[in-house]
Amino acid sequence: MTLKTVHTPLLSVDGLCTTFGSGDVSIPAVRDVGFSVSKGEILGLVGESGSGKSVTLRSILGLSRRYGDTTGSVLWKGENLVSKNEADMRRIRGGEIAMIFQEPMTSLNPLLTVGVQIDETLKSHTGLTATERKARAIEMLDLVGIPAARSRLGEYPHQFSGGMRQRVMIAIALAARPKLLLADEPTTALDVTIQAQILDLILSLAQDFDMGVILVTHDLGVVAQTCDQVAVMYAGRIVEQGAVREVLRTPQHPYTVGLMRSVPENVPPRTPLYSIPGTPPSLLSLPAGCAFAPRCPQRTDLCAQSRPLLATETGQRAVACFNQVKNRGGAAA
Amino acid sequence: MTDLTLASGPKAAQRPSRFQMALKKPGFMAGAAIIGASTILALFPQVFAPHDPNFIDYLAVRQPPSWQHPFGTDLLGRDTFSRVIWAYSVNMQMAVLATVFALTIGVIVGALVGYYRGIADMIFGRVVDAIITFPFLVLVIAVVAVLGPGLINMYIAITLVGWVYYARLMRAEVISQMSNDYASAGIVMGYSDLRIIFRHLLPNAMTPIVVYWMTDMALAILLGSSLGYLGLGAQPPQAEWGVLIAEGRNFITTAWWLSLMPGIAIVLTGLGFSLIGDGLADLLRPRG
Amino acid sequence: MSDAVLEIRDVNLAFQGKRSVLDVLANRPSRDVHALNGVSLDLKRGETLGVVGESGCGKSTLARCIVRLHEPTGGEVLFQGRDVFEPAERRDRTYNRRVQMMFQDPYSSLNPRMTTRQILSEALTVHEMCTEDEVPSMLSGLMDLVQLPQDALDKYPHEFSGGQRQRIAIARALAVEPEVLIADELVSALDVSVQAQIVNLLLDLQERLGLTILFVAHDLRLVRHVSNRVAVIYLGRIVEIGDSETLFANPSHPYSQALLSAAPSLDPDEKGKKIHLGGELPSPMDIPPGCPFHVRCRHKTPKCTTELPALRPLEGRGTVACHHAEEIANV
Repeated sequence: MTLKTVHTPLLSVDGLCTTFGSGDVSIPAVRDVGFSVSKGEILGLVGESGSGKSVTLRSILGLSRRYGDTTGSVLWKGENLVSKNEADMRRIRGGEIAMIFQEPMTSLNPLLTVGVQIDETLKSHTGLTATERKARAIEMLDLVGIPAARSRLGEYPHQFSGGMRQRVMIAIALAARPKLLLADEPTTALDVTIQAQILDLILSLAQDFDMGVILVTHDLGVVAQTCDQVAVMYAGRIVEQGAVREVLRTPQHPYTVGLMRSVPENVPPRTPLYSIPGTPPSLLSLPAGCAFAPRCPQRTDLCAQSRPLLATETGQRAVACFNQVKNRGGAAA
Repeated sequence: MTDLTLASGPKAAQRPSRFQMALKKPGFMAGAAIIGASTILALFPQVFAPHDPNFIDYLAVRQPPSWQHPFGTDLLGRDTFSRVIWAYSVNMQMAVLATVFALTIGVIVGALVGYYRGIADMIFGRVVDAIITFPFLVLVIAVVAVLGPGLINMYIAITLVGWVYYARLMRAEVISQMSNDYASAGIVMGYSDLRIIFRHLLPNAMTPIVVYWMTDMALAILLGSSLGYLGLGAQPPQAEWGVLIAEGRNFITTAWWLSLMPGIAIVLTGLGFSLIGDGLADLLRPRG
Repeated sequence: MSDAVLEIRDVNLAFQGKRSVLDVLANRPSRDVHALNGVSLDLKRGETLGVVGESGCGKSTLARCIVRLHEPTGGEVLFQGRDVFEPAERRDRTYNRRVQMMFQDPYSSLNPRMTTRQILSEALTVHEMCTEDEVPSMLSGLMDLVQLPQDALDKYPHEFSGGQRQRIAIARALAVEPEVLIADELVSALDVSVQAQIVNLLLDLQERLGLTILFVAHDLRLVRHVSNRVAVIYLGRIVEIGDSETLFANPSHPYSQALLSAAPSLDPDEKGKKIHLGGELPSPMDIPPGCPFHVRCRHKTPKCTTELPALRPLEGRGTVACHHAEEIANV
């Protein structure tokens, strides 16, 4: 899984902005975000809470429209999804682009059997007959590794364990054979052993169906083990992006460096961990220059005045920083 | 680890105070205005009532509303406007006295059974089931029938039945608050049970109680006037809205003002309490 | 007496399941949740003992048992040799002072209607940690200790971020000068960069105040970082316990091995080098007979399905509850 950049992108996002709030209070949750995903490629969107990673994902499918304004372009098959109306979006959601969430219990309908929920998706997004749909439903449950799939079609979500529920949700999401899967922290609520199972499942499904995946997570380990590309977000913007191997091996944005060094991996035990001082800024009162400047060990006067731009060539390494970390000094090691 | 500034500082500064939030709620403000005015009328009826409410004037019997008597006069020539105003003190007193004891008992009992659970909770459950099986009004009338009519007995009857509703609400709220770790933290800190219940759980569990209390005060006025109407609550010649309505009931077609004016007073105060209750549900929520 | 501050002896805890009238009539036994099944461990003075396991394995229940939030159905918890669940000891609230707990959820562990000052001074006054006049200086000392600005004293919990709330929770625990801290998923709800700050604070405080810490967490990297010793729990049983570095470098129980290998590494080249653990944690209502792990174990033999392995020390390793630890260790 090395060279995948030759494909034309499946989805390309450019200049995406989402602003919440009304009247005198406006919260810029996502600002000027751009990336692209190719077939079979897994893109990781990583950041801390409030960085805008989940909002970005929701903005792609127009799920944040009800709460705020989205501008920019989300190019899908040559059409801009941002300007599509709700009816068109509904056709795309769950059909060509599917989404899975962190908490399967709240995103599955507790009153409907799993079979009915898969059937619903198939009915609205495919032209399959009733028997074909049933066969597909069994096939999907089988595919996501639910034992005795046929007999479990008639069961309700609460009869499944946490990991199994997440599998059910993936089965529903993938039933209509989407070309792109948006996964919002799909394993955060799960234990590590189950997390490993689910991530492997997503990985193999992406390969088998040649499906693009955008995986939102706060865990750099998950990114390292699953993704091909990664975009690191901070305060609503992408601060660094590129191939996972490059970004994690040689992080160049001071925030990425700090994030990696905060993880207690390969650090002598019981020694102080590196920690980024301070807390992320409130989106209501962002600094004038680089949003990370107040916490940045590398900041200069320039950082406080103007905001560094992210190089926009997609698929390539891009860093939004005036003083990129060049010195490798064991940041990842 | 140098600049540990409070992240939410600027955000918190922009957040309006509860008072400012209240000013932005027209419903709440209208309710507060109605209840404020009602309270003033209840405290100083003599200032606002133009006539003595019990002054009998046989020369002005059953007069329709006029400048002299804005709400007309009754069978004995008493000024209805003054009687409605004087009734404010009785009916507002009902709103408070018929509810505060039930509230106090209910809150304490509910908090204790919610905190300790166990056998006391099971007994409590049976008591609640037994009481709420009967319609509220029927039970109150039964108790008044035993104790005899009159305001004091009416308060006792309403308290005897009404505390259950507060206790049930409080118990549920305390149980749900117990799942918060601050309650566990209190136990781990070695605080006494009473401290945990009354210092920690109660303040956090009070919001729905206060909201319900507002509705209940409206209901208490309604109930009090119903009992007055039936002759079980306030006794004539005392000016009380239920009594006033009862006095006018035979003359609905000829002297409509006798029943209509106290009726409007009931609706208005009830509305006021409900509006306040609605607003408080939002205003009292803890921030977080 | 060893240097153990807390001794946990064969603690069992079963939460009674609900029984309907029909169950009683049919004489069906209630379906109890067996959260802890014979846990024994010593907490030595000044050490950090990490407790890891998957959710539902009983690690939080153990923590809550120690601070008397749950009462064990069997076994004992000894603090300086005295059983804290003895009726006479139960009334002794100084135990609560000396063994403190910090909780996972920074949004629910502080009373939302009290300021930091009220929260902390309550702890000080209830336990008479100082005189009335000394309270302000104690409070400002506590703020310094957990590295919060002084103006934090007059704010309400909702005005703080998650990390700051955990600092207040730590200050509350430290206000009563405890000897033992039980940290139940203290940093799990926090962002990575804030996690590091809190972990550093905890390590620093432990050094300065000579605290003994039981660190319960599901994040293995964190547990490895802060602990001297580690206990791995599976279905309410310790399956492996030992020196942290030894255990993490050479896990001996097949479950420890799988758990460690499932934790996603930051190194992209590790991709695909995992031990796959099939299946899920069985329900604590129906614990499998024999070794509770055998249903998911790659190395299981007939013996494992019938006989419960005891914890036994292994040469050069920790103490392991596995019939085949020797063979597996050499794999």
